[in-house]
Amino acid sequence: MQVTRRQALGLSAGAMAFVALGPGLKVARADEAATEKSLMEFTGGKTPEAGKITLNAPEIAENGNTVPITVSVDSEMTDAAYVDSVMVLAENNPNPSVATFRFTPLSGEATATTRMRLAGTQNVIAVARMNDGSVFMDKKLVKVTIGGCGG
Amino acid sequence: MAAPKPRVKVPKSASAGEVITIKTLISHNMESGQRKDKDGKVIPRQIINKFTCEFNGTQVFGCDIAPAISANPYFEFTAKVPQSGTFKFTWVDDNGEIYTHEQAIEVK
Repeated sequence: MQVTRRQALGLSAGAMAFVALGPGLKVARADEAATEKSLMEFTGGKTPEAGKITLNAPEIAENGNTVPITVSVDSEMTDAAYVDSVMVLAENNPNPSVATFRFTPLSGEATATTRMRLAGTQNVIAVARMNDGSVFMDKKLVKVTIGGCGG
Repeated sequence: MAAPKPRVKVPKSASAGEVITIKTLISHNMESGQRKDKDGKVIPRQIINKFTCEFNGTQVFGCDIAPAISANPYFEFTAKVPQSGTFKFTWVDDNGEIYTHEQAIEVK
């Protein structure tokens, strides 16, 4: 059976996840590990570069229940070169997953706006994955005055 | 929670190949599964977990949604309009319900 590139990436992602945690890092914060795991699964084990993607989020969110964010990726969005997905994570929410936007060449532009919940002041991370597998990342610190997880 | 109502803003017309902006909203509590009721019991999660937008049957945009998306989920995105046709919007609820909305656009 021929091992596809995707399978090989998946295998090395698993191996790299162990290596990334490191032998000395016995007690990683659960939320950092969860964020890292989601990130690596999305990128197929690749470390994202900076550039191409911009995450817009307010410096201070008055209400953690509804924080407006916009992601936008610099891309021609042609059939040959386009943004496949953008994943948004919130490092210190009970669960880091926020949303994964799926784009196609018919999107015209790789941009999306939504409103999210933030449990408290934390980094919001946006990672773009292109159709050729390359990955890019942006990160913004959002200060939250009233947390948004109903607690 | 009353029956979720979708609201969508799509221009009525566009020129061929133009990239338009679409805004969508659906009324929904988006119960995250993090809240507790007055007796301390966890209120079970019930959210819209997926949104898609198709044009004449082809996917334009989609979103896999987690509980961190705010109540009354709002999405704004763009679409390239090659010809006249119909946008179809779909929201999938955790409880299996599917809400849809259609909107036509004319290419002059």
